[in-house]
Amino acid sequence: MSATTAIVTDSALPVRRDVDPKRRGPKDFFRRLPIRLLIAILLIIEIYPIVWMFLGSFKTQTEFLNEPFWALPQSWGVVNYVEVFTTGEFGKYIVNSVIAVFPSLAIILILGTAAGFALEVMVWKGRGTVLLLFLAGIMVPAQMILLPLFTIYFRTSLTGSLWPLVITYVALGMPLTVFMMATFFRSVPREIFEASTLDGASIFRSFFSIGLPLVKNALFTIGLVQFFFLWNDLLIALTFTNSSDLRTIQVGLLNFTGEYGAVQYGPTFAAISVNVLGTLLIYLFLNQQVMKGLTAGSVKG
Amino acid sequence: MHKVLGDKRAIFVLLGPALLVYSLVMLVPIVWSLFYTVQDGNPITGFTFNGFDNFTRFFQDPAAWDAIFFTLKYALILTVLQVAFGYLLSLMYVFWLRKGSGLIRTVVFFPVVLPTVAVALLFQRLFEAAPTVGPVNSFLGILGVQNLDWFGTPDASFWVIIAMDLWRSMGFYAVLLYAGLVDIPDELIESARIDGAAGWKLIRTIVLPLSLPVLLSSIIFSINGTLKVFDTVVALTNGGPGNATTPLTLYMFRTSFAYGDYGYGSTIALMLTILCLLFTVFIFRSTRRDLTKD
Repeated sequence: MSATTAIVTDSALPVRRDVDPKRRGPKDFFRRLPIRLLIAILLIIEIYPIVWMFLGSFKTQTEFLNEPFWALPQSWGVVNYVEVFTTGEFGKYIVNSVIAVFPSLAIILILGTAAGFALEVMVWKGRGTVLLLFLAGIMVPAQMILLPLFTIYFRTSLTGSLWPLVITYVALGMPLTVFMMATFFRSVPREIFEASTLDGASIFRSFFSIGLPLVKNALFTIGLVQFFFLWNDLLIALTFTNSSDLRTIQVGLLNFTGEYGAVQYGPTFAAISVNVLGTLLIYLFLNQQVMKGLTAGSVKG
Repeated sequence: MHKVLGDKRAIFVLLGPALLVYSLVMLVPIVWSLFYTVQDGNPITGFTFNGFDNFTRFFQDPAAWDAIFFTLKYALILTVLQVAFGYLLSLMYVFWLRKGSGLIRTVVFFPVVLPTVAVALLFQRLFEAAPTVGPVNSFLGILGVQNLDWFGTPDASFWVIIAMDLWRSMGFYAVLLYAGLVDIPDELIESARIDGAAGWKLIRTIVLPLSLPVLLSSIIFSINGTLKVFDTVVALTNGGPGNATTPLTLYMFRTSFAYGDYGYGSTIALMLTILCLLFTVFIFRSTRRDLTKD
């Protein structure tokens, strides 16, 4: 009995000692294999469609019809992209989007910050009620206001310009911006504003010289969040753009495939790539702020 | 000091413009829309009062019921799936990847920022059956499943919509819930571990109860967003095949703008608003009961 144990330990020991330095390696590797595999699959699922899209934007129609989907493009010509900007008129759509989105963004940020300041830093009766009034707007679906707005824009002859988009965007962006700005001003110690007031600063001076610089980062974050909402908007743009000259980039892309009879694969992929490029580039450089902003924008329930 | 911080004129100047725009473009139209629900017509033909006809029509309209049913099915299934997937991912970030999760978090998050229209067109091609075979069908072909026409049947279309929104949103919910998990004090988890809790038990007894508030706000946010689904469906299936994937939002849009029926369109919009309110209140109430029970 003791002899066998001795033999077992004897024969087992050298083996163990032999493997010892590496023992953690393979065992650890196999223990972590499922999770590594899971992560690999996850990353492929998230990234591959985008890679496939960019590769597809260089392929010709025959390549799409005759080659399997994983084939690489035979050449890297930009024919499809030229098609997108000539027949597809994407240049016009991008300009429309820029004209509609950036002024809206500026107005949203200015008005929203001022309102957030008035609601959070200043002292007056009924500010809680007004803040709630703004909050209520977050939950109401946009469908609720589309029809009256359409009537208003129609009667005031604003239909046929990009004004309906700008006006609607500003109003729709207001609730979240006011709410987030109020939250950011709440985190600024009140003593700062009380001190500046004691030093004789007027309220506007307190707002511009003290309030604004303090929430500069927050302003950037909210601007980023609102940019994504407006740039990616389809409902409003689809409702209020009645001619092809007014289409934003989203509406343009939606109508892009419809302009041909059969699906033109290469140009379609190029159009999607052009559409995606803007937000993708922003995310590439500012991903941490985007993640922080978008998640902060949602925790309001 | 209170004179300055409570200066009526300053409040008016700072708050006035925002409140004015908000009132004129959001609040007034909401009330205006309520008046449309008891009328028939559109701005070009004019309106006539028709009492509660729109409401009786709504409840007798099979297409409206189909739209409600689709909206609820989509919202409930997607909410459960995206919060569940997000939660699993966030648990993976916190407990398995620890500090090394930054890059993966960033990569899994990125589809959220992509325009819905672009993603939808891409998914049409990913799930394509003919004339070219898309990656999904090619992959299924390797597994021995025959070429599936995803957009030809209501059920398959429904699951493509769910798959696309899950692909887009799970990274977002993962980051949202991750923020909640990170807030759980390390000492709490350590002491639970010392007490012998590990793996599933640790998650069920310590992590899950503590992340309940952030789970709740995720669910409310998700329900509110998914009940209003529009972009995804319009760009991916356009409500088809037939009307099988038409949510209330799209039904309202078609009724109003394709058929010029503003009265009935407003009624559908109001029903959607009520649905959103009901769900939010319901979730709030049901969790409050749970909290008092504990």
